[in-house]
Amino acid sequence: MSIISFSEATLQAMIEEMERDSTVFVMGEDIARQGGIFGQFKGLPDRFPGRVLDTPISETAIIGSALGAALTGLRPVADMHFADFISVAYDELVNQIAKNRYMFGGQADIPLVVRAPDGIVPGAAAQHSQSVEGWLMNIPGLILVSPSSPATAKGLLKSAIRSNNPVIFFEHKLLYPQKGEVPDKEYLTPLGKAEVRRAGKDVTIATYSIMVQKALEAAQTLSREGIEVEIIDLLTIKPFDLETIVTSVRKTHRCIVAHEGVVHGGAGAEIAAQIQQEAFFHLDAPILRVGTKNVPIPFSPPLLEYVAPKVADIEKAVKQVLYREEN
Amino acid sequence: MGVRIKEFPNAFLELTSQGKKELLRTMIRIRSFETRVEELFLAKRIPGFVHLYIGEEAIAAGIMANLRKNDWITSTHRGHGHALAKGAQMTRMMAELYGKRSGYCKGKGGSMHIADFSVGMLGANGVVGGGFTIAVGAGMTAWMKKTDQVAICFFGDGASNRGTFHEALNMAAIWKLPVLFINENNLYASTTPASYGVAVSRISDRAAGYGIDGYTVDGNNVVEVYNVSHTLIDRLRSGKGPILLECRTYRVKGHYVGDPEKYRTREEVKNQAEENDPIKRYTSYLLEHSFIQPEEIDLLWKEAKEEVEAAVRYAEEDPYPEPDEAIQDLFSSDQEVLV
Ligand SMILES: Cc1ncc(C[n+]2csc(CCOP(=O)(O)OP(=O)(O)O)c2C)c(N)n1
Ligand SMILES: [Mg+2]
Repeated sequence: MSIISFSEATLQAMIEEMERDSTVFVMGEDIARQGGIFGQFKGLPDRFPGRVLDTPISETAIIGSALGAALTGLRPVADMHFADFISVAYDELVNQIAKNRYMFGGQADIPLVVRAPDGIVPGAAAQHSQSVEGWLMNIPGLILVSPSSPATAKGLLKSAIRSNNPVIFFEHKLLYPQKGEVPDKEYLTPLGKAEVRRAGKDVTIATYSIMVQKALEAAQTLSREGIEVEIIDLLTIKPFDLETIVTSVRKTHRCIVAHEGVVHGGAGAEIAAQIQQEAFFHLDAPILRVGTKNVPIPFSPPLLEYVAPKVADIEKAVKQVLYREEN
Repeated sequence: MGVRIKEFPNAFLELTSQGKKELLRTMIRIRSFETRVEELFLAKRIPGFVHLYIGEEAIAAGIMANLRKNDWITSTHRGHGHALAKGAQMTRMMAELYGKRSGYCKGKGGSMHIADFSVGMLGANGVVGGGFTIAVGAGMTAWMKKTDQVAICFFGDGASNRGTFHEALNMAAIWKLPVLFINENNLYASTTPASYGVAVSRISDRAAGYGIDGYTVDGNNVVEVYNVSHTLIDRLRSGKGPILLECRTYRVKGHYVGDPEKYRTREEVKNQAEENDPIKRYTSYLLEHSFIQPEEIDLLWKEAKEEVEAAVRYAEEDPYPEPDEAIQDLFSSDQEVLV
């Protein structure tokens, strides 16, 4: 094991996959000259000349050309700069990338990865803070993943690059500097598989990305009060690992879903709906969701504090499903 | 009509008589296919929408005659002609129009989504202007793999107003990608005349914004299209970067089959169909220069008709897909680790 940052972990994944397969390349804004706005591509251009491309500010062309390259024999990794800007390339993602394989009757594979730095950074406000997986949940044909740690970042990114399907890799901006243990030997984190981060008998928390940490923090406080939560790190948001969640819910009979994106119409809505469909008679309480309130992310610290999901919100929701606290 | 057309050598004259005849064959095959598709649509044998390429055949024929099988094209909602000229099979195209199982997309695409990756046809597109960036990506593949393949992007006058046009041409230009952007200026985008909706009178002038060459040719003159694209495609292969070629043409049929066409006069359409038909024009040219005999022309029409009828029979007899095939083909299962 080595202790490295989340950012270094993604870089190691890129290096290993680019060494392994000469058709892998990466493009995006300010990634070659600057090494990425979060330093996540530092040193990569020197190692792989001609395969790390600075693009113009042309998100539509970045994502659209990634598709064209993927259809004709390359394995592009396209960096979105900020996940918020997926909107600029929405047609390319939603009407082209997600549909090309299906609407052409399975003729073409689309091995591409879109890297999308997402999540709340205090002060970044409405257009640089969003978790936008909800925008894509409703689109058949895309795989959505989001790691929670350096180890999962590396393993998931490697799997995403090797996948012959389009994968959107949501990486929380606040996770980049965080350090954690990463295996020294080569490994892959499988797509579509959740991991149980903490075992507990009372309430299941299905979550992903930075909210895994918040759930772990909440778990400590709750444990002191005699409540043991089980935390499931989904890793793949779509298609998510329903089986692992339901196995846990059959044990705990209570569940909350926590993510940083807006609650209303967010990924949690689908996750909760599927859990209740699969495990209704095992549930002793309604499934509750924790996430951002139904407004854009505000700038001023007290406003942000009010809107963003916090550790305390998780604790509260856990107590609610245990009927220890009023709504 | 052409801009600086004189600088292009007359490669057409170098073509064998077979080569000259092939251009005509391609145009006749497209015309015969489209004419029959219109009938079948009106007879309700074909569901959905169809956008016909009638009157614009010289562009697909002239360009594609300069391409290799492993070159790529991106097409539009008006894509049957591009697919046929690039080498797609008429039988599987017709089956797709019918929504049948052995159609190119197993019935999942229909007229607006025909693709044949085995001949480099990367797909028609239901989103106007959706092909620009895909063609750029194909150009990137040639660039990064250091092959001399080229990518051809077909698009309409209406599509030239999309933002994708700007991003794609700029990106192709900075990396000098081998992409030929072929504007099929048929003077209308649905009901909107190009003279109203496009701010420049020559779409090729937009090339200046990207520091690349732009040309306008008579898109209903297959010899001119062939000659100009012959030189331009050679230039692409030698790594000189993208080019914009505007082919002036005319959409003889409605925007879609069933279009009431209230935005133009019958007379305008009739004049174009009579005076400017690319097949008539090329046929007279060939006869005038004795490049072909009248019997050969008749034979081409006869063969095309037979091919189309065989395709219709094929499509009629082909079964529909099983309903639950609707949930197949979304993802590749190769090396997949999904649960
Ligand atoms: C993005 C988008 N906007 C609008 C449409 C509806 N539409 C389909 S074809 C068309 C006209 C396209 O005109 P042009 O690009 O000139 O091509 P043409 O039909 O003349 O071949 C329109 C508006 C669409 N399919 N996609
Ligand atoms: Mg038009």
